[in-house]
Amino acid sequence: MRSAIRLATIIYAVLIYGFIFLPVVTLVLFSFQATSFPIPPFSGPSLRWYQAVLGDARLTSALLNSLAVAVISSAVATLLGFLAAWGFARFRLPASALMRGLITLPLTVSYLIIGMGLLVLFNSIGFPKSLTAAGIGHVVINLPLCFAILYSQMGEHQANIERAARDLGAKEWQVLTLVTAPMLWPALFASFFLSMTFSWDEFVISFLLTRFDTTLPVEIWNLLRSGLNPKTNAVGSLVFLVSIAFVLLFELVFFRKSRS
Amino acid sequence: MTPLVQVKSVSQKFGAMCALDDVSLDIAPRSYTVLLGPSGSGKTTLLSILGGFLVPTTGQVLIEGQDCTGMPPAKRPTTTVFQDYALFPHMTVGANVGFGLRMRGVASSERDKRAQEVLKLVGLPEAFGKKPHQLSGGQRQRVALARALVVEPSVLLLDEPLGALDLKLRRQMQEELKAIQKRVGTAFVHVTHDQEEAMALADHCVVMSNGRIEDEGPAERVYSKPASRFSATFMGESTIFSGRVIGSGEIETVFGRWQLATDVKPGSEIVLALRPEHVVIDQKQLLPLGEGRVSDVVFQGSFKRVTASLVKDESLMLLARLPADAVVQTGDMVHFACDPKHVLVLTR
Repeated sequence: MRSAIRLATIIYAVLIYGFIFLPVVTLVLFSFQATSFPIPPFSGPSLRWYQAVLGDARLTSALLNSLAVAVISSAVATLLGFLAAWGFARFRLPASALMRGLITLPLTVSYLIIGMGLLVLFNSIGFPKSLTAAGIGHVVINLPLCFAILYSQMGEHQANIERAARDLGAKEWQVLTLVTAPMLWPALFASFFLSMTFSWDEFVISFLLTRFDTTLPVEIWNLLRSGLNPKTNAVGSLVFLVSIAFVLLFELVFFRKSRS
Repeated sequence: MTPLVQVKSVSQKFGAMCALDDVSLDIAPRSYTVLLGPSGSGKTTLLSILGGFLVPTTGQVLIEGQDCTGMPPAKRPTTTVFQDYALFPHMTVGANVGFGLRMRGVASSERDKRAQEVLKLVGLPEAFGKKPHQLSGGQRQRVALARALVVEPSVLLLDEPLGALDLKLRRQMQEELKAIQKRVGTAFVHVTHDQEEAMALADHCVVMSNGRIEDEGPAERVYSKPASRFSATFMGESTIFSGRVIGSGEIETVFGRWQLATDVKPGSEIVLALRPEHVVIDQKQLLPLGEGRVSDVVFQGSFKRVTASLVKDESLMLLARLPADAVVQTGDMVHFACDPKHVLVLTR
């Protein structure tokens, strides 16, 4: 009886993880396909399609664009989120709870709505569709997240540490740069990497707000329009690899924090 | 001697709540002042006002003759040792201690040298390169003390500095705090709710309750001649009962008429307090308290702590500290008495 339950548990786990990971495994597997279609039977392994991806100027420049948008928009979102969290945690502001609610609200709004809203706004003020526009969109979606993470880390104990710095003669900007920010370093790092992962594979906003130079997810979508091709598998695998790298870095930072 | 710190009629209101009610206090140079009181008595509020973290609703604070009432903490000649130590977690102990000097523009080699000296003073010369999380609670406490002392403040403020330590470490740190204070000569203002700590440390003991100063003076005086019923019960234990002055030096109590030296005018309702160590048994020549039934005996090594309910007033729980060899057991009927010169007569 017991062994039957055990067997059922194992089968259940295999099914669950299979359900989650089989599509990814298939994608990665057929990126090594030697022939022209990503369908069984598997004919590889071959690096032919990776070569094609890296030789494609449009894809490589989109990859670099994506990285630039991710890094810059995440840095801006983290900085703004940090300042907002510090303001709300350390000063008594009018209607503080309502304002905090408003700042986290974009978390609940769909990317499509945010993207369309920004599109309409940018159109009306004559701001051109561009990577900058998409970057602004990514700041809009990531700032609430950065704010929430950082705000949760600014408790009374941290406030006391800042008080101690002021007591010892630190000016306000010195408190921020020498004490508050370094003390929250792990949370700042986490906000930054989480924002990076979200920005990295964000499609809708980038699709709506870019035109000639665009990000990798939009370029992949362009590729898909011309039908299935192991090249899309190869570029998808690369995207997946970079995402995993972000997550690992993120975990590493948090692991180091919880150990100390 | 002119006071180092003068607190003049300071009140602090938080909305409708009055945390400090017209408090005035002088602090002498080189003294160890302890603010003693239960939570909510206003002692921490007063310390925050001295440190500049709160600006009082009304009143004035002078430090070294200078009006500091609205001056921010960074500009004051005070530093604070926080209850949770508030060390900078990302800096080494050396950098923590040197922080105040860094803010004053002291060069890094000089900073390190002085940080080392102060760490030696607090007994942690080997901690310089460590991070705060590698230290024990007692060691962090010393680092916090060193960090506040290194900038040579006129007044050092300590907010329940020993609150997080275990009893043994606490007694040990008390002695060291006192010794360090004597050595550096800085005036220390120390907030605590522990009366033993207050008695062990204070040159000047300030008992606070409900936002007011109940009593202040040398710890010995505050203990032996408390000014009020509150300080008699908070600073040490007492048995409290009521009485009435009926003639000069004559007081009516539940135990009969007592002849006590007092200048309270006849007709006044008063309160009498009796320290447990002044209660004796089986000595009828002293002031009799009558018979009492022993309800609890706790052996404490050097003495026995006895609780008894008296026949003359069942509601009165008498506290007595009897010699360790006294033969008393729970349930015994015992004759209690006290010496008239030790009975405290309190008018408020």
